[in-house]
Amino acid sequence: MTGADLFIVLIAMVGGAIRVSTPFMFVALGECLTEKSGRINLGHEGNLVLGAMVAYAGSYTTGSPWLGVLMAGCAGLVLGALHGWICKLPKVNDIAVGIAFMSFGTGLAFFFGKPYIQPSAPRLEAIPLGDWTGNSSIAQALQVNPLFFVGIALSVFLWWAFRNMRWGLILRMTGDSAASAKAMGVSVDMVRLLATAAGGFLAGVGGAFLSLYYPGSWNEGLSSGQGLMAVALVIFARWDPVRCVFAALLFGAAGAIGPSLQSIGISQGYYFFNAAPYILTLFIMIASARSKSAAREAPGELSIVK
Amino acid sequence: MSAALLVADIAVPPAAKRAPSLETAGMTKIFGPLVALDTVSIKVEAGSFHALLGENGAGKSTLVKCIMGFYAADRGSVLLDGKEVDVKSPRDARDLGIGMVYQHFTLVPCLTAAENLVISRADAPAIIDWKAEMPKLEAFMARMPFQVPLDRQVSTLSAGEKQKLEILKLLYLDQRFLILDEPTSVLTPGEADEVLGLLGQMAARGEITVLMISHKFREVKAFCDSFTVLRRGRLTGSGDARTATVAEMSSMMIGDTEVRERAERVMHNDRSAVLELAGLCAEDEEGRLAIDRVNLKIRSGEIVGIAGVSGNGQSALVEALAGQRPLSDGRVFIHGKPFEPKRSDFDRFKVYGLPEEPLKNATVPRMSVAENMAFRAFDKPPMASLGWWLSPGPMRRKAEGLIARYRVKTTSPDSPIEALSGGNVQRAVLARELSGEVDVLIVANPCFGLDFASVAEIRSQIMEQRNRGAAVLLVSEDLDEILELSDRVAVMSGGTISYVSPIGETDRNTIGQHMAGH
Repeated sequence: MTGADLFIVLIAMVGGAIRVSTPFMFVALGECLTEKSGRINLGHEGNLVLGAMVAYAGSYTTGSPWLGVLMAGCAGLVLGALHGWICKLPKVNDIAVGIAFMSFGTGLAFFFGKPYIQPSAPRLEAIPLGDWTGNSSIAQALQVNPLFFVGIALSVFLWWAFRNMRWGLILRMTGDSAASAKAMGVSVDMVRLLATAAGGFLAGVGGAFLSLYYPGSWNEGLSSGQGLMAVALVIFARWDPVRCVFAALLFGAAGAIGPSLQSIGISQGYYFFNAAPYILTLFIMIASARSKSAAREAPGELSIVK
Repeated sequence: MSAALLVADIAVPPAAKRAPSLETAGMTKIFGPLVALDTVSIKVEAGSFHALLGENGAGKSTLVKCIMGFYAADRGSVLLDGKEVDVKSPRDARDLGIGMVYQHFTLVPCLTAAENLVISRADAPAIIDWKAEMPKLEAFMARMPFQVPLDRQVSTLSAGEKQKLEILKLLYLDQRFLILDEPTSVLTPGEADEVLGLLGQMAARGEITVLMISHKFREVKAFCDSFTVLRRGRLTGSGDARTATVAEMSSMMIGDTEVRERAERVMHNDRSAVLELAGLCAEDEEGRLAIDRVNLKIRSGEIVGIAGVSGNGQSALVEALAGQRPLSDGRVFIHGKPFEPKRSDFDRFKVYGLPEEPLKNATVPRMSVAENMAFRAFDKPPMASLGWWLSPGPMRRKAEGLIARYRVKTTSPDSPIEALSGGNVQRAVLARELSGEVDVLIVANPCFGLDFASVAEIRSQIMEQRNRGAAVLLVSEDLDEILELSDRVAVMSGGTISYVSPIGETDRNTIGQHMAGH
């Protein structure tokens, strides 16, 4: 491998990281919001796939991809709210409900999505940030979708809101000590319902990115477990929205190794490199299970922590 | 300009609102067949420091929960400053200025002290301007009698600081009638005296009225000016705490039952050390040292009581000896031979124990009483043949014998042990642990939450094992228990044993100072 090749690989990885990380980022932020309220929603994979389908269908019917994004968010919101509502029934386990919703969301998307596999819908436009360099590979890598910046802005906002806004503090309180929240007259179930719904909205938006930008089409094999990996990512990021962004970038870069090596003609071990995010997930789970500081920062009400 | 505003803010007299008086009239609360409160009328004068005394189950908690609006009383009413008020929920109570400090903490561990205070306000702003809030909080803290660091996360505060912050939170919310539920159980004697003394001064200035649930006569005598006693849901007496004697108060509390005597103590000649702890270290969940080089020798026929404020490593020490927590360093020797906390070694060295919260630590709650009583011997004859074929018959007969001998109240040996009351679970575990020959006995808070009669019985069982020659390690948060039972006292502070003394050569004050880490 020459220096030029290495440069191309690195640039491609940066571009890939930005592209691949965006859906991770949205799902992770949604999951972070949900888990901060003391509940786990494992169903975000369903939100993601349904969001992708709804976004594609919405963009195809209305002609506006951004309307599609909004509709995807709303579809995720409905799924999340349903999850939140079912979980407040007595003796319901949020993890089991989440797994059911994973299948439910995906099934719903496949059922209604059949007619949209063939047609071509308008996609989201990227912002060309690298054109001034005159280097085609840099220009291509720096085609950044606006949703990436929305995600970063959102993470900073969430980080700030968890400390400086009343609802942020109430959310953390509910997630850490339901008894104290109740003693203060806060409706724990309502807070969790709202948080799960808002988290579902974000996961739906993440799905819209998949079908409307990268890979940029709707089919049944669109998501490859990003929704589930985002849960691992939140644990890795220790429930901090800003760290969620960095974790998403790391996962994105790992996912981009295979394609970027292929771009310079190295296809040996392609499948192995494509498995990199999954291997990373595994190692992160092992590492974070051993980490004592992760245990300290976990919201006290989470069913996996209790 | 802003500085001027700030000064004005501080200058607002803290006692703009005066302490209220509170009465209950004919308060009655019935839970199914149990009359928890039977027409109880108490009167707490404005600006008084009032003690509510009673044994466990006497109805103290029910009474204050009715005042706070947690329970709707079946009959009776609450009068605040002589006017009848309708308290339907803790929120109503808060709006009326009635606040309570619970035995469990209601602070949110992941928030800082400042965040906890601000968010507890009913009018917390949607966006919190910390630049404006912090000076106000600091000013509030400055005029309070005791301080807690504002920027620390609550989970990193000590139990005493948390308790203080709970009280500060009520004062921050401008609540003038404070109900404290056994507030000093997590404090060192020194801290307890400080907090109660300062609250007493505030009450004396007419800023607050305090109603304190307690069973420590010493504190009641030292700080309260009036008291009310409940027994089995009824009012059995009230009066001036400064003139009433402890004997009067305790006879109101326990009625015609005899006050227990000190258990009989047989004097042994100096004997050899049985249990030796050599440099024990163990970590807590977060990797900090929970116990730090604990060294202790216990001779046969001796009770060594370990005193300390809860959370100073006593629980971790008991867990390490019971095999629930791995030792990171150090060795345990029994009769000079190394001991590992394994089932075979417990058997071989005749080590028995009664851990705290026995339902959680020493039983399987859903298994039957008989099965739980067989944990020590279920795989040995006659309960088992070949070490694996269990026979329920002998197991049941053995349990029936123990149930009769230790007077465990249970409907049958087959009912799940979780259905038993706390005292009976304690007795059942004690029956299991003391039924054989005991060389080493490890006991932690054996009488926590039990009534007078059970306490006397369990303490005499422990003393009997000592008299028979067992080496007893007694960990207790109840200093009176330690003073009553121990031959030697050791104090644990910050994870290590900081002080050891024979019981005759020390006193409550000295022990208290060492508990506080001095």
